[in-house]
Amino acid sequence: MSERVLAPFGRRAASLSANSPTDGYRLISAIDREGPMPRSGQFYMLAAPGWGGEAGRPYLPRAFSVAEAGPAADGVRLDFLLEAIGPGTERLAALESGGQLEITGPLGRPFSMPRELHDGAQGAILVGGGIGIAPLAILRRELAERGVPQRVLLGFRDREHSGGLDLFRCSEVRLASEDGHAGHQGYVTDLLAVLLEGDAPEGAVVYACGPPAMLEAVRSMCAERGVAAELAMETPMACGFGSCFGCAVPLAGGGYLRLCVDGPTVPADRIDTALVAGSGH
Amino acid sequence: MTADLSVELCGIRLEHPIINGSGTFDALAARRAFGEELDRRFPFSAFVSKTITLEPRAGNPPPRLYETPAGMINSIGLPNRGLEGFLGEDLPKLATLPVPLIVSVMAISREAFSTLVDRVGARDEVAAIELNVSCPNVKSGLIVGEQPEETRALLDSVRPLTEKPLIVKLTPNCAEPEAVAAAAEGAGADAVSLINTLRATALDPRTGERWLGGGSGGLSGPAVRPVALDQVRRVAESCSIPVIGMGGIESGSDALAFQRLGATAVAVGTASFRDPGAAGRIRSELSAELAAAGLDALPVREAASTSS
Repeated sequence: MSERVLAPFGRRAASLSANSPTDGYRLISAIDREGPMPRSGQFYMLAAPGWGGEAGRPYLPRAFSVAEAGPAADGVRLDFLLEAIGPGTERLAALESGGQLEITGPLGRPFSMPRELHDGAQGAILVGGGIGIAPLAILRRELAERGVPQRVLLGFRDREHSGGLDLFRCSEVRLASEDGHAGHQGYVTDLLAVLLEGDAPEGAVVYACGPPAMLEAVRSMCAERGVAAELAMETPMACGFGSCFGCAVPLAGGGYLRLCVDGPTVPADRIDTALVAGSGH
Repeated sequence: MTADLSVELCGIRLEHPIINGSGTFDALAARRAFGEELDRRFPFSAFVSKTITLEPRAGNPPPRLYETPAGMINSIGLPNRGLEGFLGEDLPKLATLPVPLIVSVMAISREAFSTLVDRVGARDEVAAIELNVSCPNVKSGLIVGEQPEETRALLDSVRPLTEKPLIVKLTPNCAEPEAVAAAAEGAGADAVSLINTLRATALDPRTGERWLGGGSGGLSGPAVRPVALDQVRRVAESCSIPVIGMGGIESGSDALAFQRLGATAVAVGTASFRDPGAAGRIRSELSAELAAAGLDALPVREAASTSS
């Protein structure tokens, strides 16, 4: 099994080492002096120091998948991709390099390795949309280190929502954009359909992260073709460690999973839909 | 000089006065995230379980959360394994925590409440039982904890079933929580805890429809602290059993404020969502607050010492 890396108990301070714009998003890097090296698919709860603002928000930290991680001179470097869309992300986006970032993590269940999803898996197709490309960057590296053949398909709405591609440098990536500014004009799932119909390696498994509608399209395409898939999902969550029960995702067959401890990576056959009320906001 | 933070709560000796609010910390899930370090640095002096019901519950459909100014609304719907699942699977694991265990129970009939108290109270691993009375009595349709008479009748049913301490978790959603507390005390409750969340509703800013999958929810966090302080004050002045105070506690000075108003112990809830280790920090700050005030122990409640 892909064992989750345990988090040190409690929130801790990391120091922001970079905060740079990348085509509509921000790529922030933090040095975690105490924490372990995370696995792909795991996430951190992030907050700027203190809480509140003009409207008394944010109060809660926000969950971000780790986009890349590596050893640094004084700890572990953690990269996150974020978009300033509300009071929490706006404060994070405004943090200055050298400043403090409050973190809890790594949390959650890592991506499964291909053979954990499908016995005969010989390769992987990574499908990312928008800011959801983040966890696929570290997954791509982990798979490459294990010699797993892979295709990377990334899609964007428009140029203003197309940041983070530098995380995939040195790898072959096929792009799609709805406005046609890069690659195929249309959806990234168009590219996936071609691969699944055509020359995809026999027994490829699919990993996907992106907006709920994209994840649902991937889930349904893979289900129709009997292709094993794992989705990195997002819902609002207060705590990230299983205590608030806020991040409920309906399971196929009834009941809910808690995305923070049972996910955020979810084998696609565990759910009937990736469209979860309240997510994607 | 380091102040003595230990307290006695219904005969249970606690190393310090900070416990968790029911439903705000899942120790078993936290062990999955933090491993054994959770037990080594366990931040609470007693652990209060999530509320257990007779039958398993899946909980409410999402969305379940809404962030508010200085707090949040939750509409979780008491997901739990049910009594048998709790006793068989969760309780043996919770019993290995390094602190006494308080089990929260809820039912919509007195018969089911009685079964829960009887079965949970019979287990040696359990130090005390908290009665979550923020629920309707299916026969009367009234929320038990909003009515002194309903609360008294519930205690009359369950008090004879266990010798373990019974703590009544009061709801703030009524005109006179002190009257409910007095009724609970009169019917044999050993302590009261308050406040539960304040009933609250949020709208989806995009559609104007109600946001929460469960319809309405409960408000918690620093936003409710002034309400909680006043309700704790009123309850502490009108009954003599111990009071566990909670509602938006974020710091040692917040905790001390509740204790100055009569709380024997305090609970940290929503603050743990922001930082799982918040209660440990609050304990250190409480120690420093006492030292700065020149105190060598926690404040003693005057009403309790004169009326008991």
